[in-house]
Formats: sequence, C-alpha cells, structure tokens
Amino acid sequence: MDIFSIPSQVWFGQLLIGLINGAFYAVLSLGLALIFGLLNIINFAHGAQYMMGAFLAWIGLTYLGINYWVALVLVPIVVGITGVIIERTMLKHLYKMDHLYGLLLTFGLALVIEGLFRHFYGVSGQPYSIPDSLKGGTNLGFMFLPNYRAWVVVASLVVCFFTWYMIERTRIGAYLRAGTENPELCQAFGINVPLMITLAYGYGVALAAFAGVLAAPIFQVQPLMGSNLIIVVFAVVVIGGMGSIMGAIATGLALGIVEGLTKVIYPPASSTIIFMIMVVVLLIRPAGLFGREQ
Amino acid sequence: MSINRILFWFTLAVLALTAPFMVYPVFLMKALCFALFAAAFNLLLGYAGLLSFGHAAFLGTAAYLTGYTVKDWGLTPELGILLGTVAAGALGFVFGALAIRRQGIYFAMITLALSQMIFFLAVQMPFTGGEDGLQAVPRGYLFGFIDLNDNLSMYYFVLTIFVLGVGLIYRTVHSPFGQVLTAIKENEPRAISLGYQVDRYKLLAFVLSAALAGLAGATKTLVLQLASLSDVHWHMSGEVVLMTLLGGMGTQAGPLVGAVLVVGLQNYLADLGSWVTIITGGIFVTCVLLFRRGIVGELRALWKRSF
Amino acid sequence: MKKRALVMAAALAWSGASFAQEVSDDVVKIAVLTDMSGTYSDLSGQGGVVAAEMAIADFGGKVLGKKIELISADHQNKADVAATKAREWFDAEKVDMIAGLVTSSVALAVQEVGKQKNRMTIVSGAGSSRITGEDCAPTGLHWTYDTYALAVGTGNAVVKEGGDTWFFLTADYAFGQSLENDVSNVVKAKGGKVLGSVRHPFPASDFSSYLLQAQASGAKVIGLANAGNDTMNAIKQANEFGIIDAGQQMAGLLVFITDVHSLGLETAKGLLLTTGFYWDFDDQNREWSKRFFEKHKAMPTMVHAGVYSSVLHYLKGIEKAGTDAADKVVVEMRNMPVDDFFGRGGKLREDGRMVHDMYLAEVKKPADSKSDWDYYNIKQVIPGDEAYRPMDKGGCPLVKK
Repeated sequence: MDIFSIPSQVWFGQLLIGLINGAFYAVLSLGLALIFGLLNIINFAHGAQYMMGAFLAWIGLTYLGINYWVALVLVPIVVGITGVIIERTMLKHLYKMDHLYGLLLTFGLALVIEGLFRHFYGVSGQPYSIPDSLKGGTNLGFMFLPNYRAWVVVASLVVCFFTWYMIERTRIGAYLRAGTENPELCQAFGINVPLMITLAYGYGVALAAFAGVLAAPIFQVQPLMGSNLIIVVFAVVVIGGMGSIMGAIATGLALGIVEGLTKVIYPPASSTIIFMIMVVVLLIRPAGLFGREQ
Repeated sequence: MSINRILFWFTLAVLALTAPFMVYPVFLMKALCFALFAAAFNLLLGYAGLLSFGHAAFLGTAAYLTGYTVKDWGLTPELGILLGTVAAGALGFVFGALAIRRQGIYFAMITLALSQMIFFLAVQMPFTGGEDGLQAVPRGYLFGFIDLNDNLSMYYFVLTIFVLGVGLIYRTVHSPFGQVLTAIKENEPRAISLGYQVDRYKLLAFVLSAALAGLAGATKTLVLQLASLSDVHWHMSGEVVLMTLLGGMGTQAGPLVGAVLVVGLQNYLADLGSWVTIITGGIFVTCVLLFRRGIVGELRALWKRSF
Repeated sequence: MKKRALVMAAALAWSGASFAQEVSDDVVKIAVLTDMSGTYSDLSGQGGVVAAEMAIADFGGKVLGKKIELISADHQNKADVAATKAREWFDAEKVDMIAGLVTSSVALAVQEVGKQKNRMTIVSGAGSSRITGEDCAPTGLHWTYDTYALAVGTGNAVVKEGGDTWFFLTADYAFGQSLENDVSNVVKAKGGKVLGSVRHPFPASDFSSYLLQAQASGAKVIGLANAGNDTMNAIKQANEFGIIDAGQQMAGLLVFITDVHSLGLETAKGLLLTTGFYWDFDDQNREWSKRFFEKHKAMPTMVHAGVYSSVLHYLKGIEKAGTDAADKVVVEMRNMPVDDFFGRGGKLREDGRMVHDMYLAEVKKPADSKSDWDYYNIKQVIPGDEAYRPMDKGGCPLVKK
C-alpha cells in the first residue's frame, strides 16, 4: 500500500522515528509544564539546562572518566542543584509578579549559561559516543532500529510515568498541588511550602538535564543545542495546556509523530508545523488540549 | 509650559540636530530605528499590557517589502516606506484579530507562533534571497530630488520619521483612547462593565503598534540598504522586549533609552566576541531582579523621592 | 600625434597623482570582521585575527614605510550589524580593507558597502558564489572557496569512483540549494543520476527521518548539502542507523577540519570532502600551520589560511601599487600570481575570484591517524581552472563579454 507514493514500510519507520523524537519532547515539556504548574514560572532557561546536561555528561566522561550510566543519574542531580540555587537566589522573588518577569529572568539566564559554555568550549561541539552496551541495532524488517534509540523511548516513558504518578497519585504530590493552590493554608498545616517549591523547580530542571544526557550520544554536544529546541518545546506545552502534566506528555509524543510525518510529506515545513497546530488549537481550545479553563 | 521644560526640549532638539556631527550618523540612524521599534512595542506592552512575542514579524515584513519594491520596482523611498508600513499594519490586523482573544502567556505564544510562520515565508519566498538577504537596496532620492546617499540628509529624514512616529505614540497614549487602554490594562473586567468594547481597543492598539514597528523596519532597510532573516527571527522579538524592559516599560523615554543602549552594546562591544551574549544576559537578570522599572523608571522614582 | 601626446600627458598626470596620494592617513588599516561568538566562530573567529596578525608580521609590519594596523570585531552573523560596522570603519576609522566575513548575508552586505566607498573587501569565510557572480564588485574579492568549487570537486571525484547515484540532504536555504544544484549538474553531466533529495529546515537536529528516506532511495551516495552542526549531526546519526556500514557513502559538501575534529574520526571516517587547504599536505603548509598552532592551540582551517594569504597578497599589492587606493591595489594584486603556501601561483580574476587548487580529501580511519589533527588523506589535487566556475558563467557584470 502506498500513500503519497511512499511505501507503507517507510511510513512505519517514520512513525517510529517520530515517536522517538516525541519522547524527547515529552521529557522536556514535562519539566517545563511542571515548573509552570507549580511555580507559575515560564522557564526559558530549560533549553540551556538541557544543554548543560549533555555538556556535563561529556565533561564527566572526558575529564573524570564518569561513564554514561553514572552520568545519567549524577548529571541530573548536579544540574538540579544548580536549579535549586537559581530558585533560592532569584526566582523566589518573582512569584507574586506577572509571568513576564519569570520569563525574562530565565531568558537572561539562558543567554548567560549558553554564552559561558560557548566561551570556554567553542561552538563546534564535542563527540560523545553511544555506550558499548547499547551499540548496534535490531532489524525490524521495515527499518533498522538502533538499540540506543529504543532505550531512549523506554527511559523517557518510564521517567514520564514516574513523574506523573508522583504528582497525581502520591501524598507528596497532593501536598505539592495543594501548596501551589493555597500556600498560606498549607503552611498552616505544617507543610514547608517554600522547600517543596524549590525541590519542584530542581526536579523540573533535573528532567531537562536528564533529556540532555539522553541526547548526548545522538546529537553533537554543543552550547546552542537547546536554544532552538526550547521554542518548539514551549509550543508543545502550550498546545498541551500550560501546567498539565498528562497534557505535556501526551502532546509531546503526538507532536513528535506529526513532525516526523511532515518530514516525509513536506520537509521544509517540519519546523513550522508545530506552530501552525498551536495557533489552531489555541483558537479552538484556549487553554490547550488538556488544560482547564480558568 | 515652565521655563525648565522649554529649556529641556530646546536642548534635546539641539542635541538631535547636531548629533550626526559628533557621533557616527549611520549608527545614530540605526539607533533611531530601533528606538522607534521599541517605542511601538511599548505602546502595546507598557500601555495596553499585551506582551507580543512576535513583533519581529512586522519589522521584518516591512523591511523586506520596502527593500523589494524600492529595489525592483523602483519606488521612491517615501512610497516604499509607506507601503512597508501599511503592509505591517495589515499584517498586524490579522495577527491582532487572532491573538487578542487570548490573554497573558497565551497571547504571547500566539504572536510567537504567527511570527514563526512569517519567518518560514521569509525563508521560502524567492524575493527575500533566503539567508543571503535582500541586498544592495538603493536609498534613492526623497521626493525625487533629495539625495539620500548623503548620510546627513538621510539622518534628518530618519529623524523626521522618528519624531513623527514617537509623536504619534505620545498623542495616542495621552488621548482618551490611551486612557481607555490603560484602564483595560489595569482592570479588564471593569473596563468591560463600563461598556467599553475592549477587543476593539486592543485591536486598534495592536494595529498601530504593528504599523509603527513596520515603519521602523522599512526605514532601517533604507538606512542599511539591506533586509535579512535576522529581522524576522524570534531573537529580534526578544531583543525588543529587552530594550523596553531595560529602559523602562510604560514610560515614554524608556524604550528609546533601552534601544540606544542595546544597539550601542552590539556595536561597540563587538570586539568582545562571545562576551556580548553573556553581558546581555546579565543585564536581563539584573534588570528583573533589581531594576524592574527599568533605567528611566528607576530614575524617575529616584527623582520623585529626592524632590 | 597631438592627440596621442595629450593622452600620454593625461596618463602621466594621472599616474603622478596616484603616486602623490600614496598611503592615506599614513597608516594601512586592516580589519578582520568575522563570527567571534556564533556557529562559525571555531572555523573562523579569533583564529582569523591570529592569521591576519601573522601575515602582517611576516610582511615586516610596515608597507611603503607606513605602519600596518589591525583591528577586529564580531559581526554576530547579522548582516545589519556587519553593514553598520563596515560603514563606520570605512567612513570614520579609515579602514582600508576588511577581511574574514563568514556568512553569505554578511559578506554580500559588506562587499556592497566596500563597492560604494571604493574600499577593499576580501571574503574568506562565506561560500556563496553570488559574491563573484551577479553581485560582484570591482574591489570585492573572494579568496578561499565557494559553493561551486566544493560541489564540482566532490561531485566529480565521487562519480569517478563509481558513486553514480545520489540522494541529497539539503539545508532549505540558498546555499544548500545552490550546492545541490551544482552537484546535480556535475553528476548528470558525468552520466550519473540523482534519485531524490529532502530539503530540511535550518538548523535541524534530528536527521533520522531524512536518513531513512535516503536509505530507502537506494542511492550509492548521500550528499550533505548543509553545513556545520547540521552536517555533523547527519553524519553522527548515519553511523547510528548503520547506514554507512550498510554501504552507502557520505559526501560532505561543506566540511571544515574543525568539524571533523569535533566529530572524531570514529564517526567521520571515510567521509569525502573538498577543501581549499590542508595543514599536513606538505612541508610548506606544515611549517606555517605549526606556527599558527602555537598561537591558536588548534590547527588552521582553510578559512584561517585564506585570511593569511589574502592579507599578505593585499600588502604585496599595496607595495607594488605604491598606494593604498583600492582601485589601484586591486589591479596590482591581479597582475601578480598569489605566491604563498595557500595560493601556490593562484590568480585573481576580474570578477574577484581567486582561483587556486582545491583538494579532495578522505577522512582517515582512527587506526591510520598518527597524531592529533592527522585527519585527511589527500586523494586528489583539483586544478583551480577545473574547480572554479568559468568567469562567463557567473553573470558578473564587470566581466566583458
């Protein structure tokens, strides 16, 4: 069966590739949605923090001999801690203010972080190879699936599900949600709300860094790798509905697939298609696909 | 008008008229264009409370159209600029009509998304020259006889456009229309209950802002004789936010000060290489944390406190 | 007879005037305008300034008894920043020549300014063949490479080795498209076939979708009509998807040695590319490159070497002309061959193109690389006349038909 004179075999391959990219979008937009939902901050530095994840993995491997698997755990923690510091020293002063200020502050931070990495490591990027245990691939008949890509999908989905479960289904998550809706009341019940908010930002940032480590073996590790991605991930979050955890995950996956298909039908538009969808969605459902109207 | 005020305006006028003899005129013209761009943006953000993240679309559309029509159709500079401005205004109408139905961050995102489409078109359409840009646009003769290739006459032409543009913004802000905009910004439901057709006001403000941004872009094309993709890139939309914030949003002079500073930074720190981005980012962070009112806003507050 | 005497007298007076003018402002000011912070800062950037410094030092620091000064700035890959800076340099700071210029929008804009002000601009970084085509300028030179030469060099060589069916991954931009067109023409002329192409947005990061399409096409060669990180990501992912192991050959149409350095040989091995310079080609190149390495801590790219050569030749031109007036210097520069390790007798054409030999290189396997930066096997030297577009095909209005 041929669609657009392209054999269906190819379509399967493209769907799978789209899903893999969607998994990246899902992890990134999940972090962004989490931060927005709980802190009311639009974290423009998310792309830079993703880049930091990839870069620290490379630095760890090159200078300290830290292997991929250790980096996958360690790097998100380290970057998460930098996030905690940012939240404690800067973001916490902005909660009562317009969204705009959070966006501008993190935009500035992104410029500083990217600029520093660029200054010290140049722009060409660094090689980071796939860990030996995940080299090679499997022939699925319709395409050759690299083992590493398969791992990316599995790891992303596990992390996404874990996060969703924590926030929507556990007591900690319930405190967190309550804390953002009515901080004074929660505080009165003896919950340390500021601490929870701080940790939430740290976790969101750690998710970005996690995606960065996952990306290191696939993309060139270079200072600007996150700066164009961030705009797309924003669009994903907005389409999903700002602050909706499930929305971010589902939309991330779906848009990865849509983008993948566009790459076959009309490649030049593949970077624009998401914005077209965004406009249409926002006009029909102002709060996004999974968002609740206020 | 008090003596002090008259003196102030007089000094300003003398400065503006003699500036090209002290500072390099092309730099001044570029700064004036961006100042007008930032002022147009501020009309929307500072007075109507609408954060557009897609203003590069208007600047860039006008820049390309003016460049193309002047270069390939042989339009005179004033007609080219007029065409660019009108086109930006028309585009503003479309963007505005779609975007004003949403608020806050959603408004910003819709404008961003729409401007990304304009960027896409700028890459795709053959007349823009893709990443090579639209080059070698002639400055031509104003009204057929003033030679704009002379930097000095070009400067006074740009200064005139700038004064007219900023004057229009000033009039708008201080008109009943401007008062209503501020009322909407401060409390939209109240404005609605007072019987104002809020959407219509917002749309008009949006179109005006877009057209003036287009005017700035069209003029810039003639000054620098080129239009390129960075004019329509979202970084440009971010830059204008920086200018406005740095100078002080919601103040008349703020965006102008901010624009001159940012353009100056780009031009005179250019030999610092990668530090330019780091410094720009640092300024952003400092502004948000310490000088939220921007330079002009803070100065004004200081003035009020001390006197 | 009388008329002839008059002409002679006029000519004498004219040349006398030109000698009297000598060096404007008693200093020859050279400016390097390049990408110091963006995507192209590794292949050009500070290294370009270092190369220009070396050229001035090697020339002796003085020309016609006057001091040579060097300044530099970052054009941030924005044409408007570059055009403003160039105007200011020419008008207010008495700059005589601008070298470097990496992106094509920047190069075209600055060349246009130079044309209006009658000052020299020498492009070493950008590749657009428009620079010496429809947009050529009497004082605008194009030194290191252009998209046409790269396309022809790689296209010819690959077809000759049996790579007669192609699929392109093309950056959806003017330079990507012109690369694709130029290679396609060569491939077709040699009896090969182009099986298809995808135009991807620029910049892109995930190429797997395009690579699968390339794989499905069954083409022997996948031509990468893109640059920088796009090319690197495409190569990296082609490895990941086993496309190279399955026997398809990758041909990079615009690859710099810094790209190969950052990809690593394990990933880049076997890649075919065309370059205007390779540091390890012979003793002459090694000598200069090692001096460069000591100052810059990285081996020179062809852009760095091109900046050096262009500045050196420019100074020679001033010396010969006895003045720094651009229109006279350019004539002298054209009259003598470009004799240094880079030019190797290269010649400067009327349209501004510096025609010199190009090199077809294959990236070594990790096992064959004996030291850091030992990356290429030079497989073929492509004579300049074969590599560059014939002058009458460029559409440069300065060329007399």
